[in-house]
Amino acid sequence: MRTHFIAVLATTLVTGGLVRPAPPRAAGTISGKVTYTGTPPKMKPIDMAKEPNCATAHAAAPVLTENVVPGPGNSLRWVVVYISAGDQGSTAGTGTIRLDQKGCQYIPHVLVLQPNQPLDIYNDDPHSHNIHPLAKLNPEWNRSQPAGAPPIHTKWELAEFIPVKCNIHPWMHSWQVVLTTSHYAVTAEDGTFSLSGLPPGKYTVTAWQEQFGTQSQDVTISGTETKAVDLVFKATPY
Amino acid sequence: MRSHTRWMAVASGWSVALFAAGATAAGAQEAHIGKLTGHAAVGRPLYTRYCAGCHGDDGDALGENAQWIDPKPRDFTLAVFKCRSTPTGTLPTDEDLFNAMTRGFVTTNMPQWLPLTHQNRADLVAYIKTFSSKWKTLKPGTPIAIPAESRLTIESILRGRGLYQKMECWKCHGPAGHADGPSAATLTDNKDLPIRPYDFATGSRFMCGETNRDLYRIFMTGLDGTPMPSFADNLQPAEAWDLVHFLRTMQPLKTPEVALWKAWLASHAGELKPIGPGGGAQ
Repeated sequence: MRTHFIAVLATTLVTGGLVRPAPPRAAGTISGKVTYTGTPPKMKPIDMAKEPNCATAHAAAPVLTENVVPGPGNSLRWVVVYISAGDQGSTAGTGTIRLDQKGCQYIPHVLVLQPNQPLDIYNDDPHSHNIHPLAKLNPEWNRSQPAGAPPIHTKWELAEFIPVKCNIHPWMHSWQVVLTTSHYAVTAEDGTFSLSGLPPGKYTVTAWQEQFGTQSQDVTISGTETKAVDLVFKATPY
Repeated sequence: MRSHTRWMAVASGWSVALFAAGATAAGAQEAHIGKLTGHAAVGRPLYTRYCAGCHGDDGDALGENAQWIDPKPRDFTLAVFKCRSTPTGTLPTDEDLFNAMTRGFVTTNMPQWLPLTHQNRADLVAYIKTFSSKWKTLKPGTPIAIPAESRLTIESILRGRGLYQKMECWKCHGPAGHADGPSAATLTDNKDLPIRPYDFATGSRFMCGETNRDLYRIFMTGLDGTPMPSFADNLQPAEAWDLVHFLRTMQPLKTPEVALWKAWLASHAGELKPIGPGGGAQ
């Protein structure tokens, strides 16, 4: 009887959250570079003649397509690298993420946010855009945002890779990537990334590129070490 | 013989029980339209008979006729619907689905389903909602408020014309509403299939109705799944009615809007700057 009582008490303490959280453990880092082999498509200049404001703004240097953005040393930009399995120590995303529509471009081309994290969408152009996230798990919506309109405050509830387009300017295309993990990064111009604050454990690191799909690797982190992980995509020109 | 009869009774009892269980599982989805309650289990055979040929047995728009149809049938597994009384990004009400089925979709292969009884249509609405789990996890949106129509005046038409320019409706629908704006040719729907904007010059019914209230609702809710966005964030109700009055003038119909506009244009046409880049103001 007494044993039973203690067991119940112990269970209550644990499940009731009365047990203090363990002190932060040593955390490691996974860093590396995303590259490609093969021949990626060429970045093509975008003809914005249909929107004279934007054509003029970019007259000196036309905006290039961003579906594949290669860099020095066969590196790839705009690749989302994240912990896809074994995730621990993740926190909820709270800071407001910003998306701009400027010069008929989405800035940034790829943004990552977490479920219910605030997202503000701005139109900085002197003409209308319509923001049309083609969500499937989350609700798909489509809103007009004329020049000078206030920002759209929104959020996504479910993890999903959401393509976003503007129907008025068909070249405008971007991604809103909703991840449950807070261990993510978007590769820089030189393809590098770094995931820090990882408690010791076994992880799967996944890299997602909008045209080439995903590449994954298993990594074990012990202590405060930094593990180098390079992920390679097989590029095709089409 | 006797035992055989008893066996039959037991078997039929079981089958009734099984049928009831099946009906409960599928019929967990109900639809409520006014006083009518639609049941998915009853809607199922109706769907197989009348809808599956285009919309597919699984509601995925892959019925045997779908390949010959343009625009394509609605894919019920996505739970994204054009004609709603609810804001963009929300599920429609049961009544919205009932009305869509009743009204049919002009310029598409979807006919008006008036030959089906009201109860049949309510049952079908309940069954259509079984194709996506969103009907279990999300609630339909709250229908947008539509205030009484403001008085039609030449001023309201002119204000509406200014909004047609400012909101850039002309980028798709064209300066004169002929569906020939600069972005019209490149429009695609949420499945990346080409789609045309509404051509006001045809004077046909709209995709989601035919009254002034329907027209108000169309641009304030947007037609989800298509390039037509919601303008609710940036149009006040009074402005929305102004826009309705102007849009009506672009249809070659005998409406009060057209009569008033023609009479005014007869002596004022020169005062208008054409709609288009840098234009539109009076």
